[in-house]
Amino acid sequence: MTRYRAAPAATLRIVPLDVLTLVYHRASGITHVVDSPVPELLEVLGEKPLTLDETLAALAAAHDLIDPDREALAARLDELVAAGLVEAV
Amino acid sequence: MRHSTMLRIGPVGFRVGSDWRAPVALLDELYRDYPQPQDGIPDFNVRLFAARFWRRWLRPSVQIGGDFVIPDAAPLPLAQGLLAAEMAMNLQMALGQRRYLLLHASAVERDGKALLMTGESGAGKSTLAALLMTRGWRLMGDEFALLDPATGMIHGFPRLISLKNEAIGVMEHEAKGGRWGPLLEGTPKGTIRHLVPDARSIAAMELPAAPALMLFPSFGFEAAEREVFPSECFVRLTQASTNYVTLGESGFDALTGLVRGVPARAIDYPDTKTAIATVERLWSELA
Repeated sequence: MTRYRAAPAATLRIVPLDVLTLVYHRASGITHVVDSPVPELLEVLGEKPLTLDETLAALAAAHDLIDPDREALAARLDELVAAGLVEAV
Repeated sequence: MRHSTMLRIGPVGFRVGSDWRAPVALLDELYRDYPQPQDGIPDFNVRLFAARFWRRWLRPSVQIGGDFVIPDAAPLPLAQGLLAAEMAMNLQMALGQRRYLLLHASAVERDGKALLMTGESGAGKSTLAALLMTRGWRLMGDEFALLDPATGMIHGFPRLISLKNEAIGVMEHEAKGGRWGPLLEGTPKGTIRHLVPDARSIAAMELPAAPALMLFPSFGFEAAEREVFPSECFVRLTQASTNYVTLGESGFDALTGLVRGVPARAIDYPDTKTAIATVERLWSELA
């Protein structure tokens, strides 16, 4: 089963601004301007690789998700994998 | 090249070579109070040349060249040679500057603090900067402000002030005794006339200033203002910076430091009087 983990912390510079957060990805030199749930995802995936369901559970536990949506989360994770901010292992 | 001159604008030295005497003579006249490049070594070379040799004489047209070039730059008639030189120097900065993060903004200074004004072409950032210069502010530049990633300070780039169309008449009235370049009609951006920054702005051009307020002006609307959040500031400044990507992490650090530390407002203004009053009020409240 696919597990997800955040790119190594040493390769990410995460700067919260206001409603949006900046993520500078050292490996690519690309600056990402992101909204929730991306900063929260990078946080829960920073400790150890999680499956989709484990990620959903961790997000729900940490951030009081009102309406957990498994498919939407899968789509966000795929985008982050494509961007290089999350690795699928 | 046949004719050449050297000059320094803020921290940046240029050598301008030309196939014709006229553009170089005009640069020498208008930039006569500017210093030479540090140690006599320019940072950038600019070349104004005839694309075909007969174009030196026959309907002479000026091709822009230099250390950094874009492949499809259209030539300008020799009568617009000054504009060609200014565009070529801007191009070197836009494509080649690595030491400072380029902010596409005008900047003025008071009490060691810098006011940055940025916006689309036509928003009035050059005109506002020139107007403030006539009201006791030091002009740091009408096109580029240079953000030093090492210190977070703004360095000036007070080239000739490029005024377009209606702004020319406004400033001819406001800047009494100002020194001007020729009226250039029919340029790609309409009518252009260059105003030499005042003596104080030239003499102090090496002094950096701490950024204290950022404005996003828009001309032609009812007076209004709104706060611009750091994330919007960041996005607008990166879109308007030609070397943000090149500078990598040092550019990221410099810009996040700027947008987190400096208040920003968008201001709409129907006329210059309103604009000046708004700027002065926001400066006293926020800077």
